Order: sequence, then structure tokens, then C-alpha cells
Amino acid sequence: MTEPIVNDLTIQAATVNGSGSQTANLVLTRAIFKMGIPVAPKNVFPSNIEGLPTWYQLRVTPEGHMARKDRIDILVAFNAATWRDDLKSVRPGGVVIHEESYSTADARTDLVYYAVPFSKLAKAKIPSDTLRKQLANMIYVGVVAGLLGIPWDAVEHGVRRQFLSKPKAVQVNLDAIKVGLDYWQDNFSKQDAYRLEPMTGRVDGKVLVEGNQAAALGALMGGVTVAAWYPITPSSSLCEYLIAYSDRFRTDPKTGDKRIAIVQAEDELAAVGMAIGAAWAGARSMTSTSGPGISLMAEFAGLAYYAEVPVVIFDIQRIGPSTGLPTRTSQGDIGFAYTISHGDTKHLVLLPGSVEECYEFGRDAFDYADRFQTPVFVLSDLDLGMNLWMTPEFKYPEKPFDRGKVLSKEDLDRLGGEWARYMDVDGDGVTYRTLPGTDHPAAGFFTRGSGHDEHARYTERADAYSRNMDRLSKKFETARKAMPAPVIDESAGSSSGLIAFGSTHVAVVEARDALAEAGRPVDYLRIRALPLSPEVAEFVRRHERVYVVEQNRDGQMFDLIRLALPPDLIARLHSIRHYDGQPIPADAVTEPILEAEKVTA
Amino acid sequence: MSTTLNRAGLTRDAYKGAATTLCAGCGHNSITNHMIKALYELGVEPHRLAKMSGIGCSSKTPAYFVETAHGFNGVHGRMPALTTGAQLANRELIMLGVSGDGDTASIGLGQFMHMIRRNVDATYIIEDNGTYGLTKGQFSATADLGSVQKKGAVNTFQPIDPCAVALTLGCTFVARSFSGDGKQVVPLIKAALAHRGTAVLDIVSPCVTFNDHDGSTKSYSWVKDHEESIADVSFIPFFEEVHVDYEPGTVRDVQLHDGSHILLKKLGEDHDPKDRRAALRVIEEGRAQGHLVTGLLYVDPDSADFASTEKLPSTPLKDFEENDLRLSRDDFAQFMAEFA
Repeated sequence: MTEPIVNDLTIQAATVNGSGSQTANLVLTRAIFKMGIPVAPKNVFPSNIEGLPTWYQLRVTPEGHMARKDRIDILVAFNAATWRDDLKSVRPGGVVIHEESYSTADARTDLVYYAVPFSKLAKAKIPSDTLRKQLANMIYVGVVAGLLGIPWDAVEHGVRRQFLSKPKAVQVNLDAIKVGLDYWQDNFSKQDAYRLEPMTGRVDGKVLVEGNQAAALGALMGGVTVAAWYPITPSSSLCEYLIAYSDRFRTDPKTGDKRIAIVQAEDELAAVGMAIGAAWAGARSMTSTSGPGISLMAEFAGLAYYAEVPVVIFDIQRIGPSTGLPTRTSQGDIGFAYTISHGDTKHLVLLPGSVEECYEFGRDAFDYADRFQTPVFVLSDLDLGMNLWMTPEFKYPEKPFDRGKVLSKEDLDRLGGEWARYMDVDGDGVTYRTLPGTDHPAAGFFTRGSGHDEHARYTERADAYSRNMDRLSKKFETARKAMPAPVIDESAGSSSGLIAFGSTHVAVVEARDALAEAGRPVDYLRIRALPLSPEVAEFVRRHERVYVVEQNRDGQMFDLIRLALPPDLIARLHSIRHYDGQPIPADAVTEPILEAEKVTA
Repeated sequence: MSTTLNRAGLTRDAYKGAATTLCAGCGHNSITNHMIKALYELGVEPHRLAKMSGIGCSSKTPAYFVETAHGFNGVHGRMPALTTGAQLANRELIMLGVSGDGDTASIGLGQFMHMIRRNVDATYIIEDNGTYGLTKGQFSATADLGSVQKKGAVNTFQPIDPCAVALTLGCTFVARSFSGDGKQVVPLIKAALAHRGTAVLDIVSPCVTFNDHDGSTKSYSWVKDHEESIADVSFIPFFEEVHVDYEPGTVRDVQLHDGSHILLKKLGEDHDPKDRRAALRVIEEGRAQGHLVTGLLYVDPDSADFASTEKLPSTPLKDFEENDLRLSRDDFAQFMAEFA
């Protein structure tokens, strides 16, 4: 037997959608995490309720790498339909745990096979007819626990944690896992090199959170009181978590009164319309959707831009149309969201690169919206939003809400009622507003699109229109300086730099390690917001070659950066794009950079 | 100029707005005046009023009354969403939505229906002229089958009747009137404003420029000749006493949640305004006879509005601050620990 491979492996469970496999995978994830080992799970699922193939990848590394890996160490083959293809993804020397009935007669010979009679075991050992299909998946958890040496207390923790709200389910699941573990112990001796051993110090203070959970918690802490949404994958869970958290934290236990209204709208037009109406009336409001929904919100986004209504729009990006790959990830809405709508519109965009930032930006988006009285888009994606991520615990906010420039009755009394809704009195392009219901005769104004003067009076005069347009531009420039700055790491001191954003971050972190090891270290700038900070151009100026990595076909961010650069710097930019619907692996960053650096060296 | 102060301490002039930019003789201008009268007489405080609209001639009118109130001229057909959101943010606002037949029955039919379904506490006035004015005279979805466009084109499609649609959806207040019938429109606007829930008031309002000719069923002369009022409507606000001096059995009295009363004096056949099926029948029979049935068709004064079904507190949501909305430090720490 070869050298043991400890705590550095990727497990892939290939199962059938709707069979309960996700629960089994999560139990396994939580059990390994309980051992103190960093985990990075990714669920690859079809647009389907039941029957189509689904894969769950669980990557374990001592360093805590969180990007998806193409090469699988341990395959759990639970789906007859895909099993031949699934075998191809396993690295030489890897392990295959498979249903006994799958023939290995002419299968690859460079793998270690463990054949387990899952169906027979389920029939014989799981008494409940109704639960058998679900629990059968737990049997493979037991086999994997045996194979890798996961201690029973960690397995128990995983089950209890997964069934936190259904404690009755704990024992039957543990029983099913025990069936698998017993089978392993009674029938196999270890033929492979993979081991898991408890670690210390790597996951202390860390938790496992989905990006959509983090964003929902962020919105709650940001003070959202009106949320309107229409179901769409992969954003639905954001509002569903918001509902669950609000039931718990925003509901008066005595009266049942709720300090939030969450409305499932009839479509995305209504969803964003309700959010805008609520924001206009003074509530912190939001909607959450994905690409097709963003398309439907285009007209309202333009109205909110011109009427200067603060609203937060979460876009959990995915691949395009509903009849496409709606359950696969993408960073393809960047260019669209940034300028969405009619005429000269441009928007503030937050680009969380971790679940912690999903929480922070989900919270602070409301401050940015109020402060700049404009829509704020928070662009997460399916990978970030729907997968569990290891993260430090989130921090409690120390700052109060920034409600921006809102004039109260007392303010208006003080001003003797002299104010104008669209007058730039502070020179920053941001004007004062009043809320409906403000008890002052001068409070009211008429809100409409672009056809107004400083006093919100209707006009189609050319000078008033262009004055307003210039002021909106000035406001945008004010916001540019206030949005989250890029995170820059120039510790490599390299002449090459790398720019990325969002969920691409984890692949970049790992790629930079690999590049440094290969003698090609690169500096890194992570964009966290649009409009682009002036620091982006500065970073490019300090580096001879800059690679922009993103998960879309056309290099949307690459284009935005090119537009923002002085002409002499444009040639320094190189575009690296990944767009197959799967989260970008580190190799997709490392390899093209090594290739390019070879040429330039 | 009337100098009599209402209960809000305001004169009638305080309810005026900017000068209208609609055509002279437009039915919508009459409705604006009815609105001013109703709001003045009710003593609505302007700061509590939120004037909401979509796009079209009708949707411009909120600029022409109560200039000191907040107003929001939104996007085409989406007034209901804006109104719903604003009502959730501040349930103390008096939401007054003004829409047209294109804004409601064509581009906005979905939102119109869903607002009714939710019973958002708002008045929804349709200034219904059967035509697109701002875009110069195309048919709208409320144009009657066989009615004729100014240049002679005949409408070949069935109309969408906003009142019938509203009734089938369980709308809790449905009325129809005619812009030229101030005696009826004013009390209906008052009743709609007092009603808790979505109050739909479809007001046929002739377009003098594009739809006031022979062959139109939305012209002044056609409506005058064919209007059939089901009852004389009067409205007694909660702050006035009810004096009934009618013969028994001739008047129906509907009490609203705020203590105001709608008095309905029978004109022809007795219509029970709390009988939804009867309301649909009255509309259908009127149509069959070539009449435009007007009046209060249906009201359910005891329904729960959207803010109530959503279990919103009496304090407007917009008024909550950090301490009311954020998790406490302890709850936050405990919640984070659950993710371990």
C-alpha cells in the first residue's frame, strides 16, 4: 500500500435527485467538519424535482481550500444511469464505492472498488417502507465513515446537527448509518490510501453557512421591513430563510405581530414594484431574484434610478434562461445589472466574495441605498448562495443605520419649509427627501421619472433635464468613493497581477498558492463593488500583466475595467473566463496564467 | 373661493393641485374636481394622503389635486405594486390610486387582480374612457364590442369589465359611476376612501378628443342616455350624525369599520350591496339591456385588509429602528453558534 493520504481528498456522491441524498451528504459534511477538518461542499443539481442525476462534491483539505476540484478521489456511485461517466472523473488510484449490482467487469483497473449491496441492505435492515428510500442514502455515509475512519461521535454530531428541528429523526438515521458502518467492518479490509484524522486549530470559531442564509441574516440585521419576491432558483432560499428568521426574530410572541412584511408577489415586476413603493414610503425594502427576474425588473430599476428611491435588489446569479441551465452557476449578470434599464442608467453593485460578505453586504446594502437614494444590486451567485461555506462567525454590527438625507417635520420647521427635493445643497449630488406621512405642509412632493426640476415640478425643459442628469452623475461619483474598496494583496511583489470578484475568489486563493509554488507568484486585487474604484487602475499601473478572472463567456468585468483604464494601460489586461456552469476550479486560473507567463518570461 | 374650514382646518383650495394639462372637457378633469370635493369634505389631512398612479392621461391627474400631498407617478400598469409596498411600509397612509382603462385592464390587469386578491387598503379609481389618449386613440381593453374608433375602425373584441373582474376576485368594494354624475361620484369616492380594503371605483370618463363620437359607448351622450343608477348614494362620515328620514324599506344603510355610513336609496329593483352574486347579475343584465349600471355594486365592510392578514403591528414598519429590528447581541451569538 502507498503512503497514506490524510485529510486531503475530494469525495463525490453521484445520486438521483429527490432521493434524499442531500441530507446524507450534509451529515457527512458536518461529521468531517466536527473532526476539525476544513470542508468545502458543493451541490451540483439539475432543474428537476425527482429522477435526474445529481452530484455532491465534498472537498477536504488541511489548508481549507474551498474551490471545486475536477479530479475526484472517492466516488460514491449511487446512480446506475451515470455510473460509467462518473468513473471517468476519478483520479488514478482513487476509490469507488458502488452498488454491488453495477458491473465492474470492463471498468477501469486503476481504481479501488468497494462493492456494497445497498438495495439488499436497505431491504433487510430498514424496517420502514416509507423511509427506506431516504435512509438508504445514509448507508453510504456509514460505509464512507468506515473507509475514512470518521469517529462515531462525529457521525452522531452530524446527524443531530442536520436534524436540529426534527430530533425524532436522529435515531433512525443513526441506525441506517450503522448498517453501512457494520457492513464495512464485516466485509472489507482497506485497500486504499485515504484517511481522515482529527485536526486542531483549522476550524476554530468557524461555522458552515450558505450564502443565501448569510444574505437573509444580513438583510434582517440591516433592518429590512418589506421584502417582496417571486420564486426562482437559486434565489428562492434567500427569502425563505428570511421568512424563517423573521418568524423567529421579528415576531411578537404574544400578539403574533410581525415587524416585517414578506410578500410572495405575482411576478418580479410586482416584487420590485412593491419594494420600491415601500422604500418610497420610508421602509427598508428589498427583493431577491436571479437573471430572468432581473430582466423583468428592468423598467422599474430605471424609474427607481431617476425617482431616486432606495431599494436593495439581490441577484443570485445563474445561467440564463429558465429553459437553459437554471441550476448552474454563473457570473453573467454583471454588465446587465450595472446599467440595467432605459436611457442613461447606472447602478451601485455590491459583489460579495464570501458568505461573510453576503452577510455584510446584505446588511450594508440598505445603508448604501438610503445614503445614495438609488437601487443597490447585491450580486451573489448559485455557488455562493446555495452551497455551505466554512466561514468565521459573523460580526455584530456596531454602527447604527445610515438612513441618509431624510427631512423630518422638525427639520422642515427649522428650515421654515424651504427645501427642494432635487436641489444639490451639499454639493455631493445627493439631495434631501421627505417621507409620505410627514406632518408638515411643505413635506409633500410629486415623485416621477426624469421630467422634473429641482423642486420636483414637472418640466420638459432641456436645461432642467440636463442639470438633473449631471447631478445624478455627480451622485454616482460620490458613491464610487464610498462603496467597499477593493481588497489588494501585493505581498507577492510580482510584476503580474490578478483581478477577480465574487465566488471566483476561492479559486484565485488556491491558484495563487499553486502559482507561487511554481515560481510565478501573482499579486491580487479583488473587486467588491461597482462603479470601479480608482484603485483598480492604480493596480494595473503597478503591474505589467493583469489577469481578469471571471465566470462568464464574454469577460464582462474585463470590459468594464478596460473602459475605466487610460488607453496606455489597456494592453496590460488579459481575460480568463470560465463558463461551463460549474464553479470555477483553481486549475482554470493556474493553468492559463502559467501558460501566459511562460510566453512573457 | 370657499373659505369655510373643514375638520382638518383647511379650505377647499388647499385640496387643489397644479393646473391640468389634459384636454378641455376631459372627463378626468371632472373626476379631479370630484376628488377635491370629496377629500375636502372628508377633511383628509394632506400629509396622510398618498396619491399613486401608473401611466396615461388618468395617471397624470394626481398632480392636479392636493398639491401638498405626496404623490408617485410610477410605471405603466404597476401602480398596484407601488401602492401595496407603500401601504405595507406605512399603514397609516390613505392610499389613493388613480389609473386608467389601459393602465388597469391591459398592461396592468395582473397587478390589478393581485392587489384585489390581497385586499390592500387602498382606493383604486379607474378613469375609464375606453381609449388610449396619450398615444392618440387606440382601443383599450374596456372598449365595448362593436364600438367605433374615431376614424371608423370597429372593435372586434369583448371588453374586460373591471367591475366584473373585481367581483369575481372577491373585491371588497366595487362601484361604477360616470364622471358627469358628481352627485354619485363624490359619495362613492368618500365611501371608497373610508372602506378598509381595496375599493375599486370604475368611473366612465369620456375622452373628448378620441372617443366622444357616435358609435362610442364611452361618449358623454351615450352614457347620459344609457346610465342606470341602482340606488341614490349618500355618504355620512363618522364625524357626522346619521339622520334618516326616509320611508322604511326604501333605504339601505351600510356601516363601515370607521363608523361612517353609506346610505343607498332604492331607485328601481332593490339591490343588496352585500350580495356579490347579485352584483354580477346586475352588471350582466344591464349589459344585456344595453345599459351602463352605476352605483355601489358590492361592499363587504368587515373584511380584513392586507396589513391585517400580514399581521403587521399598528406602528408603521417605516418607524422601526435598529433596536426594534436587529437581533439582540445574545440572540445573534446564539444564532451564529447554531451554524457550527
